[in-house]
Amino acid sequence: MPQLEDRKEHHSELAEGVSARVSTTDQVQIKTPAKICGMGHRKKRKEDPRFIQGKGNYVDDVKLPGMLYMDIVRSPYAHAKIKSIDASAALEMEGVVAVITGEDLKAAGNLHWMPTLMSDTQMVLPIDKVVYYAQEVCAVIATSRYVAADAIEQVFVDYEPLDAVVDPFEALKDEVIVRDDKEKKTNHIWHWEAGDKAATDAVLKDAATVVKEKLYIPRIHVSSIETCGMVANYNKAREHMQIYMTSQAPHAHRTVFALVSGLPEHKIQIISPDIGGGFGGKVPVYPGYVICAVASLVTGKPVKWIEDRSENLQADSFARDYHIEAEMAANEDGKITGLRVKTLSDCGAADAAANPSKFPAGLYSICTGSYDMKAAHIEVDGVYTTKPPGGVAYRCSFRVTEAVHMIERMTDIMAHQLGEDPADFRLKNFIRPDQFPYKSPTGWEYDSGNYEGALKKAMEMIDYRALRQEQKEMRAKGELMGIGISSFTEVVGAGPSKDYDILGIKMFDSAEIRIHPTGKAMARFGTKSQGQGHETTYAQIIAEELGLPSDDIEVEEGDTDTAPYGLGTYASRSTPTAGAAAAMAARKIKAKAKKIAAHLLEVGEEDLEWNVDRFQVKGSPDQAKTIQEIAFAAYTNHPQGMEAGLEAVDYYDPPNLTFPFGSYICVVDIDKGTGEVKIRRFVAVDDCGHIINPMIVEGQIHGGLTMGLAPAMYEEIVYDENGQNLSGTFADYLLPTAVESPKWELGKTITPSPHHPIGAKGVGESPTVGAPPAIANAVVDALWHLGVRHIDIPITPQKVWKLLRDNGVTD
Amino acid sequence: MSNHEITLTINGETVTRTVEARTLLVHFIREDLSLTGTHIGCDTTSCGACTVLVDGKPVKSCTMFAVQAEGADIETIESLAAGGSLHPLQEGFWEKHGLQCGYCTPGMIMSAKGFLAEHPNPTEDEIRHGISGNLCRCTGYNKIVEAIQYAAEKLQSAEAGGE
Amino acid sequence: MIPGAFDYHSPRTLDEALSLLQKHAGEAKILAGGQSLIPAMRFRLAMPPILVDINRLDDLRYVEERGDHLAIGAMTREHALEDSQVVRSSYPLLHDTARVIADPLVRNQATVGGNIAHADPANDHPATMLAYHATVIAKGPSGERKIPIDDFFTGLFENAMKEDEILTEIRIPKPGANSGGAYTKLERKVGDYAISAAAVQLRLDGGTIAEARIGLTNVSAVPMRARAAEAELLGKSVSDAVIEAAGKAAAGECDPSPDLRGTIEYKRDMTRVMVKRSIHKAIARAKGGN
Repeated sequence: MPQLEDRKEHHSELAEGVSARVSTTDQVQIKTPAKICGMGHRKKRKEDPRFIQGKGNYVDDVKLPGMLYMDIVRSPYAHAKIKSIDASAALEMEGVVAVITGEDLKAAGNLHWMPTLMSDTQMVLPIDKVVYYAQEVCAVIATSRYVAADAIEQVFVDYEPLDAVVDPFEALKDEVIVRDDKEKKTNHIWHWEAGDKAATDAVLKDAATVVKEKLYIPRIHVSSIETCGMVANYNKAREHMQIYMTSQAPHAHRTVFALVSGLPEHKIQIISPDIGGGFGGKVPVYPGYVICAVASLVTGKPVKWIEDRSENLQADSFARDYHIEAEMAANEDGKITGLRVKTLSDCGAADAAANPSKFPAGLYSICTGSYDMKAAHIEVDGVYTTKPPGGVAYRCSFRVTEAVHMIERMTDIMAHQLGEDPADFRLKNFIRPDQFPYKSPTGWEYDSGNYEGALKKAMEMIDYRALRQEQKEMRAKGELMGIGISSFTEVVGAGPSKDYDILGIKMFDSAEIRIHPTGKAMARFGTKSQGQGHETTYAQIIAEELGLPSDDIEVEEGDTDTAPYGLGTYASRSTPTAGAAAAMAARKIKAKAKKIAAHLLEVGEEDLEWNVDRFQVKGSPDQAKTIQEIAFAAYTNHPQGMEAGLEAVDYYDPPNLTFPFGSYICVVDIDKGTGEVKIRRFVAVDDCGHIINPMIVEGQIHGGLTMGLAPAMYEEIVYDENGQNLSGTFADYLLPTAVESPKWELGKTITPSPHHPIGAKGVGESPTVGAPPAIANAVVDALWHLGVRHIDIPITPQKVWKLLRDNGVTD
Repeated sequence: MSNHEITLTINGETVTRTVEARTLLVHFIREDLSLTGTHIGCDTTSCGACTVLVDGKPVKSCTMFAVQAEGADIETIESLAAGGSLHPLQEGFWEKHGLQCGYCTPGMIMSAKGFLAEHPNPTEDEIRHGISGNLCRCTGYNKIVEAIQYAAEKLQSAEAGGE
Repeated sequence: MIPGAFDYHSPRTLDEALSLLQKHAGEAKILAGGQSLIPAMRFRLAMPPILVDINRLDDLRYVEERGDHLAIGAMTREHALEDSQVVRSSYPLLHDTARVIADPLVRNQATVGGNIAHADPANDHPATMLAYHATVIAKGPSGERKIPIDDFFTGLFENAMKEDEILTEIRIPKPGANSGGAYTKLERKVGDYAISAAAVQLRLDGGTIAEARIGLTNVSAVPMRARAAEAELLGKSVSDAVIEAAGKAAAGECDPSPDLRGTIEYKRDMTRVMVKRSIHKAIARAKGGN
């Protein structure tokens, strides 16, 4: 892990407001009146009227004249040679326009391969072999969806099945080589380390207590309710490619398309319209997108491709799939001293993870979590298997979920092993508030935190001590009740340009604000909301900074022709990066506004002070110019020598990441007959720094908690020994409904980020990261006295039942 | 393969179209009638994004052929604010932040409309079971439940006021 | 996921439907609620060349007591069972069952006849109808015949009806005094097919179990009665030991397949637990409880 240097001096003139030493409150700060509705207001979302009336505009809603439809022939084998593809019957069908194969893409300029985000390569369409079940084999273009679906049944592919390798540990033996296109005939892809090995080994050697556990964080799928899709519209006369695409990162995708296709970047327009959920699944470039774009180039017509759910589940990027072996050390006083972790990352048939380029295991080395310890050492190895490629977020900032699950499980195991209460054990081992900014043993600089504050609040909300008493009484009666805690630290907002890039493009993000003469504004961003409510929250940030009513600010994202360049929305980075850019651009405007106000009021700039929505003369607040008056003057009466207009753009390069945190407590009751786990209560105290819109933050936390519940108890992509996906539909890949999802109880503390212009940290993913170990810890807590030390997620009734029966418990 | 002329009422308007027998009702609504508020989220009758009311009952329009809707009265999300003002459910979803990406929302609202017609004064548990055929990936459901409670109260008091 | 093409017929009368079946023997498939068939067609696991849609046969939609039985028209939607006052008050096993079939949207379309005729051991009604000792009425060109439920399920997705017959009605005998029934289902999540489920219908005579029938869901290739479990109950005084013995017998006689819902061992033990829970509830109901 590269050391982070202090880069706080950047933007120092404009980065006002938040000092390096921060304190914690639980009151949301509101500085603007309701008519302006800046930060802290529970503003109803500006984007909602169109959605609640069925007037959203998603990719599948785009209909262009003469549009063709694409459907994809997929492999029934996880690993097979392709002997031949016979598309003649399909081509004879009425309405079939073209069949595109790997050979066609090769002929079109070696488009049959494409780079992944991790600088690996991935097949777009195969020439000689397939390497995962449901892999794209060829595509049919037809005049209707229905004809295309009929035609893929008439493409006959002759396969010679090869041995699949599904288990990554088997893959390491190199008996079956997944990527024989590579020079090195091995399935091992990379090895990565963080921390100090010698120091860690020494700490573990001298420890009073060491606990060791194997954990598997299974392969899961984001399953946004909208699948992926595209409408590609190539205009031969203009040599212009217009693309509507389910994209979380339209600018980055434009650049990738330009690099791969050779089309000039100014001739590519990517429009990411309303997006029906992303969660990381709409960050990668999938083969279907490339084929669809090529189909439009070839036919000269608009081509639509919309995935079926089963295609989405079976072929699109997965998340997690980490096999972890962890050891934690503690001294005689029950203080954690060290952590040693070895991990195998099952990448599937290509390393197509959506990580910053220098971080093959993402931000996994954050895994010392909320605890102060002397030493840690992390090793991760990536390996190919005959499964779909990927490694996306699933509402997580680059592998933080895996890190948090491991450290929170290990902490609980250690507490139980030492016979200490898991809450008291955490309170004893937390990084203290006075230790921030805190340098972690793996090289991170945590910006701010108050971990004991959050845990104490959660304990109070749920009446923790009373629950422990009740647990004792229930256990005496033979009933199984468990209490689980997770005190997680997140790391979001990638990231500082020194260390963070994707395919070389630095991970800044951008905002552009234009104020019209009548005091209304247009703001455009390099990010792309998929439900996070950017149209509302960005407007609130600008309202806070400039005093314009947030209703007077139109926020636009997702059109690469109009929006400033940015890296997109994922990994909870929008508020830390583009949200900061919004504040910084507004401050640039404010600086110019001050000059205009001084001109209008005929005073010096130094005589002016800002008051919510106006500059006023110090000591005589009656002498003032509102932002609207200033905006009008910017076009009608600006000082001689000054450029007209009132607009600014900011490309924000964050000086550090932000470190949201929280403490969750979960109470479960276990059915001894069936092994079912019933979540009785779940209290979540989150701290994401300053809050832009409390209602939206609550919504993000609720949603994140349910997406934490999902892999903890329900979801897993399961393969058989031949690499066939057994959970490839919503009938077997089990998204929680309103019945499974508990009534979440929320609390908050507010510890601002000292380096972020508005002190905010990002929140969308914290609960997905924090919730699974709280649930797992609760289940193990209920069973520890039976001799149970660990249970892998998803915690299905069958797994619990097996532990119960193995330990002699029945109904 | 047979084609059929069908006549039905959609959002109060009578339409006649010729459809292939296998045309799914959801495709008929979205493609033939260009009412794109109704969405598609799965292949297995699991997600409920395509929920519409057929003769007052919420059903999954991906699991019905258009030809079966001959003579039926269909309501989609586009019908709710037809009078110019939002339906209490739409209001509730907006007020209570019952949506994020908005993709499941039309189906969720139509499902809730059918549910409230039969359960005007529901408990939280009844609401949760009532919308268990609709998946939402964004909200965690708490605020959807609150949105439906908001609408139930509003509809109840409108009814009480009208008597 | 688009179904293959087919010819579609929508008869207005039962006779018209029957003659279509005769005319297109071997090709025609009946479309009832469609909640299993249409997804199968979308995946092209089913590609019937001809569909005979019987949703216009409104005469086949009723739930009412007639003489000594409850008569359920085959095209009755599941939600109608949930809403039915007579089902709620007098057929709690049936009410339990209707409420846990798939989800409320599916139940607005799915039909009782379709659920049974599909002969899917994962469906919920077969076990319930076995426990009720129901009778299936099938109508064909040569008239109507009564098929005892014990003879109805002949294989996986196979039933005792002929190709040219239509299931028109299900008859459930009116439970006698001191009867009770219950359906208990273990699901991976709400609306899922059962890991295991048990339908129990019994009658008490004082403290003794005078009659008992038990049907099991999704733990055999063909919907099955748990006859050994029934035998453990018959003539016995109610006790935890007797109920446990019945549960164990059911666990032994079922024949589950391993899949994502669980191992054979788990499914057998869950059958034991579901049977026990249904018996407890059925007994409580027979004694006048809920």
